[in-house]
Amino acid sequence: MAYTEEELKKELEQQEYQYGFTTEIESETFPVGLNENIVRAISKKKNEPEWMTKWRLESYAAWKNMEEPDWANVNYKKPDFQAISYFSAPKTNNKYKSLDEVDPELIKTFNKLGISIEEQKKLSGVAVDIVMDSVSVATTFRDTLAKDGIIFCSISDAIQDYPDLVKKYIGKVIPKTDNYYAALNSAVFSDGSFCYIPKGVRCPMELSTYFRINQAGTGQFERTLVIADEGSYVSYLEGCTAPSRDENQLHAAVVELIALDNAEIKYSTVQNWYPGNKQGKGGVYNFVTKRGICHTNSKISWTQVETGSAVTWKYPSCILKGDNSIGEFYSIAVTNNYQQADTGTKMIHLGKNTKSTIISKGISAGKSQNSYRGLVHIGKKAENSRNFSQCDSLLMGNNCGAHTFPYIEAKNKTAQIEHEATTSKIGEDQIFYCNQRGIDVEKAIALIVNGFSKEVLNKLPMEFAVEAQKLLEISLEGSVG
Amino acid sequence: MLKIENLHVSIEGKEILKGVSLEVKKGEIHAIMGPNGSGKSTLSSVIAGNEDYEVTKGNIFFNDENIEDLSAEERAHKGIFMSFQYPVEIPGITVTNFIKTAINSNLKARGEKDMPANEMLKKIREKASLLEIDSRFLSRSLNEGFSGGEKKRNEIFQMAMLEPTLAILDETDSGLDIDALRIVASGVNKLKNKDNATVVITHYQRLLDHIIPDYVHVLQDGKIVKSGDKNLALQLEERGYDWL
Repeated sequence: MAYTEEELKKELEQQEYQYGFTTEIESETFPVGLNENIVRAISKKKNEPEWMTKWRLESYAAWKNMEEPDWANVNYKKPDFQAISYFSAPKTNNKYKSLDEVDPELIKTFNKLGISIEEQKKLSGVAVDIVMDSVSVATTFRDTLAKDGIIFCSISDAIQDYPDLVKKYIGKVIPKTDNYYAALNSAVFSDGSFCYIPKGVRCPMELSTYFRINQAGTGQFERTLVIADEGSYVSYLEGCTAPSRDENQLHAAVVELIALDNAEIKYSTVQNWYPGNKQGKGGVYNFVTKRGICHTNSKISWTQVETGSAVTWKYPSCILKGDNSIGEFYSIAVTNNYQQADTGTKMIHLGKNTKSTIISKGISAGKSQNSYRGLVHIGKKAENSRNFSQCDSLLMGNNCGAHTFPYIEAKNKTAQIEHEATTSKIGEDQIFYCNQRGIDVEKAIALIVNGFSKEVLNKLPMEFAVEAQKLLEISLEGSVG
Repeated sequence: MLKIENLHVSIEGKEILKGVSLEVKKGEIHAIMGPNGSGKSTLSSVIAGNEDYEVTKGNIFFNDENIEDLSAEERAHKGIFMSFQYPVEIPGITVTNFIKTAINSNLKARGEKDMPANEMLKKIREKASLLEIDSRFLSRSLNEGFSGGEKKRNEIFQMAMLEPTLAILDETDSGLDIDALRIVASGVNKLKNKDNATVVITHYQRLLDHIIPDYVHVLQDGKIVKSGDKNLALQLEERGYDWL
């Protein structure tokens, strides 16, 4: 398979065509900076109805008066929001003008993971909706899904084709004024995915999106909305990789999940944005707001494997509004070198007999800082609610940090809340034991880390679990010298 | 197979082994006995390549190769196995997964391909039955919550799977009741052949009722003070180490 550069370029061009890269979108990037006119221009460019434009403008107005939060246990240089370009579409013709554009480290990682974008698409039973630089460029399996009445498309398309659904649900779980980054996203979101599962339908395949940040200097603001109507089920996978870039890139996504009565949503994420180099230069700022609402007897399960980004600020949460509803959060967060992660969840128990489970596994190496931050709130009317939380930290070396910030608010005396936490270090005796059996240090660490993370890895869909396991190994490569 | 010449070993500046010489040929079983603190475990750790210990003088040859500069895993790849006195726990990794990783790591080091899953499974079953190991045991996390007997049986199971040329059993009898001792010893005996060798390190004679050594060495204060045949072990049992 000795490709010449020319052949590869040709193939990639054909690939673009095959997967319907739209040509109607102009290739230029908007001027940098943010003001009302830019918000209007984004909306206009996407040919949005007036209510959407208005919604964006209201979000922008709110954002203007908000302050960037600084309570998280992370330190970074705040992005200059006026130095970012808020819209960029793929340049269809010269996306891969030169192979130099694709970072060799990224290619290496792809190879180590054993995946290519092409392979991802072909993974049997996985429908892929690729977001490349803010514009959803490809949607596969759409027809198959349509037979069951399932809608799976870009949020831009949904605004055009299913305005009633979007209007009814967007911003209902995460209000546009919820927080600084959510408000920003609401004003300028470029694209993202939309999914609707009709009543009583069990989605026959894992739905998957594949995000990439590809153009230097463009922030990415995805917006995802998943609605599971009464009695339906859907499993949604979200995987991310980003090429190396020297300057920090901002990523402020919003994901809203709605599980109506008796519905179930399983949302899995593997996040592998560029973490910066070994000296802590560059890397993605990942400021994400994810929240779901559970109606009666419904269930939302968040599973995340967070290995990338220079700074992560992310708390996928559940509002357990309906009686007997269930919220789950399973997380593995790996930080190495100078990465910083402040991640966790909020479980808001409002209905009776609501249950939540939190399993958080933090792995810190190098000079990184890894924090779990979680809130368990039991409302006044939440009779017989239960929560179980387990936060485990694994440390590698002496220069990293693991922190746990659990908050518990119980306003109902019948609630049962359990919290367990452990901190451990990879022992030299464990490494020597593995070495003595012929297992080298890297592999020994991978084994120990996989064992530590097993409870969460097991929650991932099969094809994701394998990828995630490899990702853990790659993320920790060279962390013990 | 194993040749140790005038070995001096220190840990944190303190000399533990003060000139040990020992030669083990293929097909032989050697027992190293001695009181607590005599340096028995240090000797096994140093042969296995534990870098906490510093060799200040002397040489270790394995199949005529000086192994001083080899890492622990490289020594393992060459066929040196040590059964640990205190096997470590690795939570979340099953016995099966661990041994599979170990076997494939060794194959890879020799430039061979991974063992096919069906072959691996067959071998695991065969060796497990040899050591009277329940299949449920194989799906448990490595050494986590294992009894003393289970840990040692698991060590010998790994030895059976890896088929080393030199096996060092460090205090394998400690923490074993008489039934477990019998099973472990019979496993070791069944694995014995004319091409491999075993070094049994023990404080007590009782293991040597089951694993009959060709040679017995007494280690005291970092030196081998007496060598003999299996009768030496019996004499020690009767008269204690002070007799020497």
